[in-house]
Amino acid sequence: MNDPAATVSAEDLAFRTREITKVYGEGPAAVHALRGVDLDVPRGELVVLLGASGSGKSTLLNILGGLDRPTSGQACFFEQELTALSDAALTRYRREHVGFVFQFYNLMPSLTARENVELVTEIAESPMPAEEALSLVGLADRADHFPTELSGGEPQRVAIARAVAKRPTVLFCDEPTGALDSSTGRQVLRVLSNVNENLGTTVLIITHAAATAQLAHRVIAMADGAVRELAVNDERRAPEEIQW
Amino acid sequence: MVAPLDRKLWRDLKATRTQALAIAMVVAVGVLLLVMMDGLVNSLEQTKATYYERYRLADVFAPAKRAPKRLLERIANLEGVAAVEGRVVGGALIDLPGQAVPVRAQAVSLPDYREPRLNAIYLSDGRHLDPRRRDEVLLLEGFAQAHGLRPGDRLTATMNGARRSFAIVGLAQSPEFLYAVAPGELTPDDSRFAVLWMSEENLAAAFDVDGAFNEALIALDRGAREPAVLAAVDRLLRPFGGIGAYTLADQFSNRIVSEEIEGLRLSATNVPPIFMAVAAFLLYIVITRMVQAERTQIGLLKAFGYRSTAIAAHYLKFALVIAIGGALLGCLLGLLSGQALARTYQTYFKFPFLEFQVDPAAFAIGIATSVAAACTGGMLVLRRIFLLAPAVAMRPPAPASYARSARLFGRLRRFLDQPSRMVLRQLLRQPGRAFAAILGIAVGMGLCAATLGVLAGFDEAVALNFSVVDRSDATVTLIEPLSDRTVFELQRVPGIVKVEPFRAVSVILRNGRKSHRGGINGLVPEPQLGRALTTELDPLYLRDEGIVLAASLARKLDVAAGARLSVEVREGRRPVLDLPVIAIADTLIGAPAYMSLRGLNQALREPGRISGAYLRVDSQQAQTTYETLKGMPAVAGVTLRSEAQASLQRMMDEGSGGMRFVMALVAAIITFGIVFNSARIAFAERAQDLASLRVLGFTRAEAAYVLLGELALMILLALPLGALTGMLLADGLAAGFSSDLYSVPARIDAGAVGTASLAVLGAALLSGWLVKRDIDQLDLVSAMKSRD
Repeated sequence: MNDPAATVSAEDLAFRTREITKVYGEGPAAVHALRGVDLDVPRGELVVLLGASGSGKSTLLNILGGLDRPTSGQACFFEQELTALSDAALTRYRREHVGFVFQFYNLMPSLTARENVELVTEIAESPMPAEEALSLVGLADRADHFPTELSGGEPQRVAIARAVAKRPTVLFCDEPTGALDSSTGRQVLRVLSNVNENLGTTVLIITHAAATAQLAHRVIAMADGAVRELAVNDERRAPEEIQW
Repeated sequence: MVAPLDRKLWRDLKATRTQALAIAMVVAVGVLLLVMMDGLVNSLEQTKATYYERYRLADVFAPAKRAPKRLLERIANLEGVAAVEGRVVGGALIDLPGQAVPVRAQAVSLPDYREPRLNAIYLSDGRHLDPRRRDEVLLLEGFAQAHGLRPGDRLTATMNGARRSFAIVGLAQSPEFLYAVAPGELTPDDSRFAVLWMSEENLAAAFDVDGAFNEALIALDRGAREPAVLAAVDRLLRPFGGIGAYTLADQFSNRIVSEEIEGLRLSATNVPPIFMAVAAFLLYIVITRMVQAERTQIGLLKAFGYRSTAIAAHYLKFALVIAIGGALLGCLLGLLSGQALARTYQTYFKFPFLEFQVDPAAFAIGIATSVAAACTGGMLVLRRIFLLAPAVAMRPPAPASYARSARLFGRLRRFLDQPSRMVLRQLLRQPGRAFAAILGIAVGMGLCAATLGVLAGFDEAVALNFSVVDRSDATVTLIEPLSDRTVFELQRVPGIVKVEPFRAVSVILRNGRKSHRGGINGLVPEPQLGRALTTELDPLYLRDEGIVLAASLARKLDVAAGARLSVEVREGRRPVLDLPVIAIADTLIGAPAYMSLRGLNQALREPGRISGAYLRVDSQQAQTTYETLKGMPAVAGVTLRSEAQASLQRMMDEGSGGMRFVMALVAAIITFGIVFNSARIAFAERAQDLASLRVLGFTRAEAAYVLLGELALMILLALPLGALTGMLLADGLAAGFSSDLYSVPARIDAGAVGTASLAVLGAALLSGWLVKRDIDQLDLVSAMKSRD
C-alpha cells in the first residue's frame, strides 16, 4: 500500500472533504457522529468504506450523497461545494450525478424490474435504456417481473441497474451485500466492479465485511467518527476470489 | 408503576395524534348528535308534559255555538270525564296604530273570581284580570313583545263587529298556544296573531252568549275511552250548534309541537348510527395499519412470552382510548349544543320554562356505541395478531405483490409514467380497501349533499309557493262563509285589481280507520292568483264531482285515485260526504285537499258561498285598500303574501333549521375525517417508498404526486358515488323532516351536489396539504436504513 495523497491531482478528485463534523442532539446528550473528517476520493475509483457500526461511515456517505448536511466543515463534489447547496439544488445533484444502492434494495413493489429502472431514466438527462441497464446486471430476461417475483441477489441487481441507468458520476452503495449470502453477494460485487470499470463511475461502498476491501482501489477505515486508516490497494482481487 | 405496554400506548397515541384526533372527532360528532338530539327530544317532551300538566291543558275540546251552562254538569257526569270547564272564545281583529293590515286575534275567556279548572295561563308580566273592570285584557306575550306592547298600554280591537278599547294589564302564555298561528294559516308569526284573555262575563257579553259557553274543555280520567266520550259530548252539544269535539291530538298547536318532536326523534334514531358506523370503519383501518407496521414489535413481544391476549388487549386499548375520548367529548359538546338548540326551540314553541335534561341512557348509549364501534373495528384486526408467529413477525413483511395488475397495464405503458403506474397499482392491489375508503368519502359527501339538498328543497318550495302557486298580493278571510256577492263588494274597494274567491272548509277526511283533520280548498275553475299545482308546475284540473289529494295526504290516508273518501265537514250543518278521489297530486308545500268551488258548495248544499278571496292589489293604493278592508265588518283578517312568505321562511330557518345546520357541519367534519385519514394512512404505508424516491432524485412535488395522486384518484371516484349516496340519503332525510304541515321535497339539486363536492375537494386539499408537509419532512437518511 502507498501513501494515497501523493497520487492524485486536485481536479481529478470526485470528492474532497475538509474538517467535516456532524453532531446529533445538543448538550450532554449530543452524539458526535463525525469528528473532523478530511478525505479525498479520486474520480473513477472503487472506494470501500470500512468500519464498525457507529463509526460514522453511513453519516459520511449520507453527506456526500446529498441526503444530509454536516454540522460544520466543507464537502466538495468536483468544484461544487455541496455544503453550500439549497435543498432544491441537492435534489438536482442527486438527480443528475448520484446513484444509490441500498441494503434492502428499496425497490418500488408496485413497479416491475424494468419500470423500477425507468423510474430513474424518466427523470435523468441522458440515461441508458432500461433494457441496457438490466443487461448490465444480467437481468434482461427478468425485466417484466415484480420485486416479489425475483429471488436471491436479483432485487439488489435491479437496484444497481436502477442506480446506474442514468449514468451517474458516483454510485453510493450502503451495505449492498449485507442482506445476501456469499455467492449472491459476489454476483452483486461483480456487477459493481463492472460498472466501475466499464462506465468509469466512481463507486463508494460501505461495508463492515473487511474482505470486500480487497476489491477496492482505495480503502478508508473509519472509527469513532474519524478516518483511522487510508490505504491504496496495489493488488486488487476479482469479486469471485473474495471469501467472507 | 405504569406497565411498559401502557407507556407504549401513550407514546403511540402521541405519535399518531392528528389521526387519533380526527377519528375521535368523528366519534365525537356521532355521539354529539345522539346526545344533542336525545336531549332535545327528551327535554321538549318533558317540558311539554310538565307544562301541559301544570297548566291543566284539556284532553278534549268541544266547540259549540251557544250552549247553556247547565250542560256542563251533564258533561261532567259522563263516564270517563274528570273535569269540565266551559268558556267563551271568539275571533277579534286588533287595530294597531300605523298598521294598515288588521291583526287577527283569538279572544278567550277566563272564569271570574276563580282559577280556571282547565287551560290555565302562565302570567309572565303584570297582574291578573279584575273582573269588575270591563276593559281589561291579558295579551299573549309573544305578540306583545313583537309590537313592543306592555302592561299599561292600550289596545283597540273589533269583536263581533264592535270596536272597543282595552287596557293591557298583563302578559300571558298558555300551553294551548305554544304554536301561535291564526286559524286557517300555516305558519306562526308572533306579530300577526294575538290571543286576548278576558273576563268571562265581558267576553260573553261581546259575543252574545251571556250565561252560556261556546267551548267546553274536558279532562279525561286515566283509561277513559276517548271515542265514547267524544260521541257522548257530541250528542249533548249537537242541539246547541256543537261542531264536533276533538282531542288534544287534533288540537293544532299540540299537533305541530308533537310532530316537530316526533321528527326530531326520528332523526335522533336514524342519523347517529350512520356516523358511528363510519367511525368504526375508520378505527378498523387505522388499527390494521398499526398492526401491520408493528409486526416486528408484536413478534418480539411474543418472543418475550407476552400472551396474544395481552398484546391484543394493548391494541384494543388504543382503539378504546380514542373511542371513549371521542365519546366523552361528544357527550360534552352534545350537552352544550343541545342546550343552545333547546333555547331556540323554547322561544319557537313559547315554553315559559325549559327543563333541559338528557336521559342518562343517551350518554350510556353514546359511549357504549362508541366502544362497540371501536371493538368491531379492533376485533377484525386482532385475529391477525393471534395468527402472527413470533419468527415470522421478526422478519420484514414480504413486499406486496403487484403481479396481478401487470397485464392490465401492458397496453397502458405508453401513456403512463412510472409514478402514475405506482398510483394505479397501489389502488388496484387492494381494491377492497380502496373501495372502502372511496365508499367512506362518498358516504360523507352524500350526507353533506343530502343535508344541503333538503335545505335547498325547503327554500325552493317556499320560493315556488309564493311565486308560482300563490300569486296574490293578499288573502282576505271572511268571518263566516258569505254569499259570493261579497266578491263585488271587494271589487269596489279602491286599489283591488282582481278578486278570486275561494271556499275553505275544515273537515275530517276518513278512510276506514285512517283519518286526517284538515281543510278542503274550493277553487275557481281556472285560478290565476291562488293556484293548485303539481311538482311539475302543471295546474291541477279540478272537476266538480270529486276531490284531489296531495300525495302526502293520500299516503297518510292510504287511498289512491278512484277510491272514495268519507268527509266529515266540521262547520255549518256538519254533513258527512262521500266523495270520489279524482286525482293525487304532488304538491309543493303542505298536504292540501282541493275541490272546485262549485263542487264543494254543491256537496255542502250551500251554493254561492265563499269564505275568502285572493286579491291582487295596486301597490300605489295598498295603504288605502287595507284601511278599507280593516273597516269592513265581513272581513276576519287580511294576510299579506310577503309577510306569510317571510314567516314561513323564518320558521324553516329557525327551529329545525338550526338542526339542519348542525347536521351539515357534522357531515363536513366526517367527510374531512375520512379524507384526512385515508391520506394519512397512505402516507404512513408509503413513507419508505417516498423517501426512496426522494433519495433517487425526485423532487418533493414529484414524490408527493405518487401519494396525492392516489388520494386524488380516490376522490374523483368518490364524487359520483357521493352524488348517488346523497340522492339515497336525501329521501330518508326529507321523510324525517316532513310533517303533515309541509312535505319536504326529497330531491337533490346540482347546487347541493356541487357544494358537497367542493366540501370534499376542500377536505382533500387540506388533507393533501397536511400530508404534503409530512412528505416534505421525510427523513431521507431513513430510506438508507432497514425496512421496518
